[in-house]
Amino acid sequence: MTNACSAPAPRGAPNAHTGLWVGGTVAFVAAWFFVYGLLPGFADAVVAALPLTPGSHAADAVAFFVYDTPKVLMLLTLVVFAMGIVRSFFSPEHTRALLAGRREGIGNVAAASLGIVTPFCSCSAVPLFIGFVSAGVPLGVTFSFLIAAPMVNEVALGLLFALVGWKIALTYLGFGLGVAIVAGWVIGRLHLEGWLQEWVLNVRAGAADLPVATVTVVDRIRAGIDAVKDIVGKVWMWIIVGIAAGAFIHGWAPVDLIAAIMGREAWWSVPAAVIVGIPMYSNAAGIIPVVEALLTKGAALGTVLAFMMSVIALSLPEMIILRKVLTAKLIAVFIAVVGAGILAVGWLFNALFV
Amino acid sequence: MKDVKVLGPGCKRCQTTAEMVQAEADRLGIPITIEKVTDYAAIAGYGIASTPGIVVDGKVVHAGGLPKAEDIGGWLG
Repeated sequence: MTNACSAPAPRGAPNAHTGLWVGGTVAFVAAWFFVYGLLPGFADAVVAALPLTPGSHAADAVAFFVYDTPKVLMLLTLVVFAMGIVRSFFSPEHTRALLAGRREGIGNVAAASLGIVTPFCSCSAVPLFIGFVSAGVPLGVTFSFLIAAPMVNEVALGLLFALVGWKIALTYLGFGLGVAIVAGWVIGRLHLEGWLQEWVLNVRAGAADLPVATVTVVDRIRAGIDAVKDIVGKVWMWIIVGIAAGAFIHGWAPVDLIAAIMGREAWWSVPAAVIVGIPMYSNAAGIIPVVEALLTKGAALGTVLAFMMSVIALSLPEMIILRKVLTAKLIAVFIAVVGAGILAVGWLFNALFV
Repeated sequence: MKDVKVLGPGCKRCQTTAEMVQAEADRLGIPITIEKVTDYAAIAGYGIASTPGIVVDGKVVHAGGLPKAEDIGGWLG
């Protein structure tokens, strides 16, 4: 779970100059691409200026750190900005209206997909859960949303894209959605409504009838900027710690050891990765640079993806929040079903991709 | 006297929302009472799915994220 709380609702500026804002955004994006193009040269120059033997462990580690830190921060800023704008078109109330009364199956697919684009904050997970269930969104469909929203988020996708390429980012997106859809569907099939906390079942509220807010283009650009301030402002430290750990692995971790523990031959490494991942709580920002470094050292992709999904989707803080609405039995089912899905993804991957 | 309720489990954003509403009411000279509703069951009873929410005289006017300052006057007026 990224504790990326949704950016504040767009503030309107009645007499703002729309043209100026749009022009400024275009200029910013152009400047972004210009600076991004300069990064490899910059990193080479820094490494060359340091008293390091080319090809040594230390030179490898420093080169990784100097190049990846600005690259990742820049890509993340752009992705979060774009996602902030996309999310200004959605709200949890709107998503709920789309999902209420949906059949299972289609509903699970819609819920998982909407989970990616709906602004969602772990601190409002409980109101969201009750808001969905009490307004007639089936329990399994609600779970599909709650699994996808933290797991498939812009920080995870942006970083995967930046560090390990678009193919793996798309794979993560596809399989993350798959786990959310199937796990939610299974939980729905089990008919566990009785395992919610009793007070949740007693909430009888319809959907509130909210006044329609007008959102201008300027509001949406501001929403993007707010998202960058909020999310990048929160995760940049994790990224630097993660990249430093990744740099260390790059420079010094022995290939043989990592390949033996996390390689394709070790079938048990997938369940081990899932179990180790549950109590670990890091957001995607800290974990992905480590993932990238492990991959280059011979760790198997399925094992690494399973580890990442487990760390992000099955986190103790979220369980503690959800404990307010779910009984311990239902939380156990949730962990078992989602964990099984992640396990399947890990093994499938290791079997399919050599 | 307008009766305003700010719905939210007590996160920072909910606090800011309450302050914004109070500041805007003071600026417009509208007398209000603000009550913070932090109980999950009570929040859920208003039918919103994201917090902070704002209720004016029993009617939900806003849900999710900070409100726009210039909208607040309209809700209070």
